[in-house]
Amino acid sequence: MTTAVADAHDAHDEHHGPEKGIRRWLFTTNHKDIGTMYLVFSLIMFFVGGAMALVIRSELMQPGLQFVHPEFFNQMTTMHALIMVFGAVMPAFVGLANWMIPMMIGAPDMALPRMNNWSFWILPVAFGLLLATLFMPGGAPASGWTMYPPLVLQTGDAFPFLIFSVHLMGLSSIMGAINIIVTILNMRAPDMWLLKMPMFVWTWLITAYLLIAVMPVLAGAVTMLLTDQFFGTSFFLAAGGGDPVMFQHIFWFFGHPEVYIMILPAFGIVSEIIPTFSRKPLFGHDSMVYAASSIAFLSFIVWAHHMFTVGMPLSGQMFFMFATMLIAVPTGVKVFNWIATMWKGAMTFETPMLFSLGFVFLFTIGGLSGLMLAIAPADIQYHDSYFVVAHFHYVLVPGSIFSLMAAAYYWLPKWTGYMYNETAGKWHFWTSTFFVNLTFFPMHFLGLAGMPRRIPDYSTQFADFNFMASVGAIGFGLSQLIFVYVLLTAKKGEEASDRVWEAPKGLEWTVPSPAPYHTFDTPPVKRVHEEAFE
Amino acid sequence: MNDHQPKLSNRALTARLLIFAVGMFAFGFLVLPPLYEVFCDITGFGGRTNTTAATAAENPDESRTVRIEFMAVVNSSAPWEFVPDADSMEVQPGRMYFATFSATSRAAETLVAQAVPSVSPVAANQHFKKIECFCFTSQEFAAGETRSLPLQFIVDPDLPDYVDTITLSYTLFKTENNYVSRAR
Repeated sequence: MTTAVADAHDAHDEHHGPEKGIRRWLFTTNHKDIGTMYLVFSLIMFFVGGAMALVIRSELMQPGLQFVHPEFFNQMTTMHALIMVFGAVMPAFVGLANWMIPMMIGAPDMALPRMNNWSFWILPVAFGLLLATLFMPGGAPASGWTMYPPLVLQTGDAFPFLIFSVHLMGLSSIMGAINIIVTILNMRAPDMWLLKMPMFVWTWLITAYLLIAVMPVLAGAVTMLLTDQFFGTSFFLAAGGGDPVMFQHIFWFFGHPEVYIMILPAFGIVSEIIPTFSRKPLFGHDSMVYAASSIAFLSFIVWAHHMFTVGMPLSGQMFFMFATMLIAVPTGVKVFNWIATMWKGAMTFETPMLFSLGFVFLFTIGGLSGLMLAIAPADIQYHDSYFVVAHFHYVLVPGSIFSLMAAAYYWLPKWTGYMYNETAGKWHFWTSTFFVNLTFFPMHFLGLAGMPRRIPDYSTQFADFNFMASVGAIGFGLSQLIFVYVLLTAKKGEEASDRVWEAPKGLEWTVPSPAPYHTFDTPPVKRVHEEAFE
Repeated sequence: MNDHQPKLSNRALTARLLIFAVGMFAFGFLVLPPLYEVFCDITGFGGRTNTTAATAAENPDESRTVRIEFMAVVNSSAPWEFVPDADSMEVQPGRMYFATFSATSRAAETLVAQAVPSVSPVAANQHFKKIECFCFTSQEFAAGETRSLPLQFIVDPDLPDYVDTITLSYTLFKTENNYVSRAR
């Protein structure tokens, strides 16, 4: 990756390698550099957010208050969520999009390279602002990542920093999404028809549209919080004729598409990996596209299932309940397609495949607990309990995070040119899987037994399951250090071939390993890379 | 086998996507709040009930009675004691009734209070009509003053059959006398 390798098709050799030193990273417009920066940034944020999760789990290991003040505990739950959602999961997917989409569609780079540089470098600023709030009078935001008024208006000096950092995260996401859409729509190789696109590209196209549709709505909602606090408006203040419930509607109009923003690219990743290690084409490619599109559409009309306990007419409860359950249909199509892809395939179980299989199995558990939560009368009991915590951690940790790990192992040899340490990778998978279940499965029982979320102390009847969850969390955190070891030793293995795996599909496997600094200066044509197009 | 020429240049497509994003911000910031107001006014969603005087003719339906429950809540910022004089009453739809609440200021100076009403269930919102209410205007309290706050209401006979209890809740806020009654 350090020197430019002239592309085979290239007639006039005017390539130049990357600049040296820090200027390379500050001013780069190269999609691979920016993708790397996104991935490294999100890994750092993953560990920062993970450290906060361990503060939470340490406090909850035993009943009573042990280590932190309740106020600081609330700051930890809030910051953990904001950092994991906006700092770890989303930038990691954008990083993968930057690295892989141009290579998968045969484009030389992203369509808007300078905007690409901006959309990355806004992120460290946004999270600098957010993390700085930990040292401010009144502490970091502590009202939960959902920022419900009027509680969030009691945030101390951190309040404007919270709002502006959300603005910046939104700006970064919108710019990244626009870039991805323009790249996919305008820069595909000849013969790469829309329905020929790899699933990762497809799911990212849909995700990018979701992003530009809802991130501005979140920006609008937090701007209203800002004006309510500082400029005398009463959007959400009942005393002035406003309604705090309106914030919840606007927030979840953003928030529900947001959860699909964090899972659709994961669907794309496992749809790339499972066929490779089953040595069969993806079953039902087009139905996968339609399923992802249906999920994206439905995500806009189900938001109020987050608010069943706020009070709404029976007809409203019925609509949001059934619309939510409807999402299980396209999601089921995807799960069954993955299973059908594996059916009678010549399967092998390298690390990326293990993480993908773990994804399919454990994400489905999270999906099913989501269906339970969708039932309006039952949700009255489950709302704000640990059952909800178990549900969304099952879809986000062994869901989104496992897919990201799978993607990292799958494409790492293409990025570095060397095979990673397979033994360490397998250890990483099995320890992660064991501990993630030890952490989150008992939370289902805690929630059903009535333990509320976002509390630093609890009744002694919940002690045993909480102890298990805390041990699991520490184990899961330590397991991720194996991944860091794999990354540090990524160039110590044997050299990877261009195709890396036995039978991967896709244009990214037709370029050398490691991928040269510039790829596809001339668009690939079907007759040269016949099978990559199929 | 031919090129699929992009329909729009990068610049034109980027411009359109930017306009879409800006439009979604405008939708969230400028359109959704008034839209929510209108939606709530029409459906009675969110406990909406009239905050300006309604008019209704008396037309008693003596075949049924409905239980009205009163709640009085004080927002944490407000130094008042605030209670309904009766916790509940039985009413006949179409007949005019009076009720009173009592509030005592515990503040050392003159303060202005604003009561914000809410009606539950949603199906009753459009049928619970306040003819006169202390919530229509803000109320000034001298230090330590106790005052009786009057309410005059009528329940519309069109109230759906299955509603046999209506809860009317007031939350008392401290206000800077700048309460602008939105059309809610």
